[in-house]
Amino acid sequence: MRVRYGKATAAFAIVSALSLAGCSSGGSTSASQDTSCKPSSGPVELSFTTWVPGMDKVVDLWNKDHPDIKVKVQTGPNGNSGTYQNFFNQLQAGNAPDLGQIEYDALPNFRVQDGLENIAACEGVAGAKDKFVDWTWGQVTFGEDKAVYAIPQDSGPMAMFYRADLFKEAGIKVPTTWDEYAAAAEQIKARGSYITNFPRSDVNWFAGNVWQAGGQWFSNANDKWEVNLTGKESEKVANYWQKLLEKGQVSTLPSFSDEWNASFNKGQQWTWVSAVWGASTLQSGAPDTAGKWAVAPMPQWEAGGKAAGNWGGSSTAVLKGSKHPYEASKFALWLNTDPEALALANKLGGLYPAAKSAKDLGAFSGGVDYFGGQKIYDVFADASSNVNPNFTWGPTMTKTYTDVSDGFGKATGGSGTLLDALKNGQAKTIEALKSQSIPVKE
Amino acid sequence: MSAATAVTTTKKTSPVSGSPRGPRHSIMSRGAAMLIMGVFTLYFLTPIWWLLVSSSKTGGDITGTAPLWFTADSIPTFFANLGNLFTYSDGVFGRWLLNSALYAGLGALLGTVIAAMCGYALAKYEFRGREAIFNVVLSGVLVPATALALPLFLIFSQVKLTNTLWAVFLPSLVSPFGVYLARIYAAASVPTELLEAARLDGSSEARTFFTVSTRLMAPALVTIFLFQFVAIWNNFFLPLIMLRDQALFPVTLGLYAWNSQISQIPELRVLVIVGALVSILPLIATFLALQRFWSSGLGAGSVK
Repeated sequence: MRVRYGKATAAFAIVSALSLAGCSSGGSTSASQDTSCKPSSGPVELSFTTWVPGMDKVVDLWNKDHPDIKVKVQTGPNGNSGTYQNFFNQLQAGNAPDLGQIEYDALPNFRVQDGLENIAACEGVAGAKDKFVDWTWGQVTFGEDKAVYAIPQDSGPMAMFYRADLFKEAGIKVPTTWDEYAAAAEQIKARGSYITNFPRSDVNWFAGNVWQAGGQWFSNANDKWEVNLTGKESEKVANYWQKLLEKGQVSTLPSFSDEWNASFNKGQQWTWVSAVWGASTLQSGAPDTAGKWAVAPMPQWEAGGKAAGNWGGSSTAVLKGSKHPYEASKFALWLNTDPEALALANKLGGLYPAAKSAKDLGAFSGGVDYFGGQKIYDVFADASSNVNPNFTWGPTMTKTYTDVSDGFGKATGGSGTLLDALKNGQAKTIEALKSQSIPVKE
Repeated sequence: MSAATAVTTTKKTSPVSGSPRGPRHSIMSRGAAMLIMGVFTLYFLTPIWWLLVSSSKTGGDITGTAPLWFTADSIPTFFANLGNLFTYSDGVFGRWLLNSALYAGLGALLGTVIAAMCGYALAKYEFRGREAIFNVVLSGVLVPATALALPLFLIFSQVKLTNTLWAVFLPSLVSPFGVYLARIYAAASVPTELLEAARLDGSSEARTFFTVSTRLMAPALVTIFLFQFVAIWNNFFLPLIMLRDQALFPVTLGLYAWNSQISQIPELRVLVIVGALVSILPLIATFLALQRFWSSGLGAGSVK
């Protein structure tokens, strides 16, 4: 099966990328297999760096019951705003925290730079596979055999927020396919509004759409990374949004800006295809539209399909050099599966858990007033189980995001197209991989 | 260049000691100057005005109402926002303010003393390698603090001082520009004859420095203090790299961390705005309090 093949070779390529200086590991992934994981003797203190607000309160729950494994929370700005760079600095200086929050799209970068501890041999880790949504487990193992590099924390399954009242009033059918979505866009434009806003700088949103379409930006073949930002699915998604942009049927405000919020608040935006955490973004950014929103699955490329994309999400990784991987992984498992911890992390930090048990939590079972009492989390739980489990991020995502978003910015300004931006991103990404001596197929 | 010539040259060209007024300006050029200043004033004050206005709005009103004018219930909202700011996350913002005050206040004070002693020594004592030392210090002015942050992190890692108060405090004590300014000012304002008189009267060098020289150098010291205070208060990159424990954060880093969470925790938007307003108040207060020293000190420093 193609899927399996991709995973196994991905693992191989990563390992060979690591052993660049030396000889090839001869086709086996043994390099990461025989990590032993034993409990430390005596009381242990772990450091855990995260930027999720309120995580210190969640950790307090743990510390109360585990006097021998005390966890100390460290914090900072979100990953790409500085914490990842701090991790790399600390790894270099040899004083990295035991545990760190790392988003899925940044994990390959840490893996390639050998910044993660393989905790597969630690008690309970390998067996935890079934506790997490399939695709998130794929993200933390890279498909490698006997390897687990992090415990999935949260996820961002995507669905479509839409203004139920406006659609009803205008007699427009709520789109279930992307074709219907484009048709609705035209009708909505005729009424002087936009069907949605194209987020020119959120390249990971775009990737989520490619992900839904079945595309694959990064993969590995013959022990080399393969970059494929311009595959046929990416091209399809790019051309689709390009058309909406050219017809002026979508706005191009900077995401999460004041004007963006205002546009939603004033009812100029009829839909937002977004991740589960978008629910709270809407509630605070567009308070005047309370009760008028609803959630439906993402529009499909093929009628009757169920595919969903994902936007965001992170893991709890054990960083290289931790002296207590056993205790660290024990804590990471608790943090991301314990119902009480998950509920509190959702309440204080807005996390939507990657654990399958999320749907049983009180916070996700009831109706939400802002969405007219709809049980919106059922939609997202469904979406989560329909996310393609075989999606690989590249080792230089920050750079790729920057390059593509530059091109998207130009395209929304009318020069070049979204596809041009992807082509440029493709070339720049290959360059970036080469400059880091990561083997890449051209 | 000896200290004596430094004194005479600076005295001659000092703008403070009565430089003649230029030719009468025409109304046109005065008008143009006023216009340009007016435009710049507007340019600099509008963001602060926006900050003040936005601080008095709820999250929804920031986007939904006129950006540069208040809403009907601005005053209660402002105080509610302020209350939220100081209670959010167990009042960690207050802690950040105190940290900033500690880093900037104490750091600038000690930094000024060190810079003053160093500059004074370079100006008033003749010893071998004096110019070499001065040139090395001077070249330090050219190296941006940001470029030093990562090397400092690696060094502090070696001595296990990262993520401590010292990691931010110690590097803040150093001010090459302060040394430069102190030397220039000491050379210009502390007469060598006075020091000789003090020596004849049996005063020790240290006592002379602290009782006589520092008073003469006061305007420069205030200038150095202000420069240092602002630099440390606004310093962001060093704390970003050094600190992990949010109880140690200065206010700049804390607000930045909050701001990076806005897309996930949208209610932080209001707190970041109010927090930004509160965080510039100490700077404004310090400036207003020390303003009259500031300008005279600046003038002296510009002559070299």
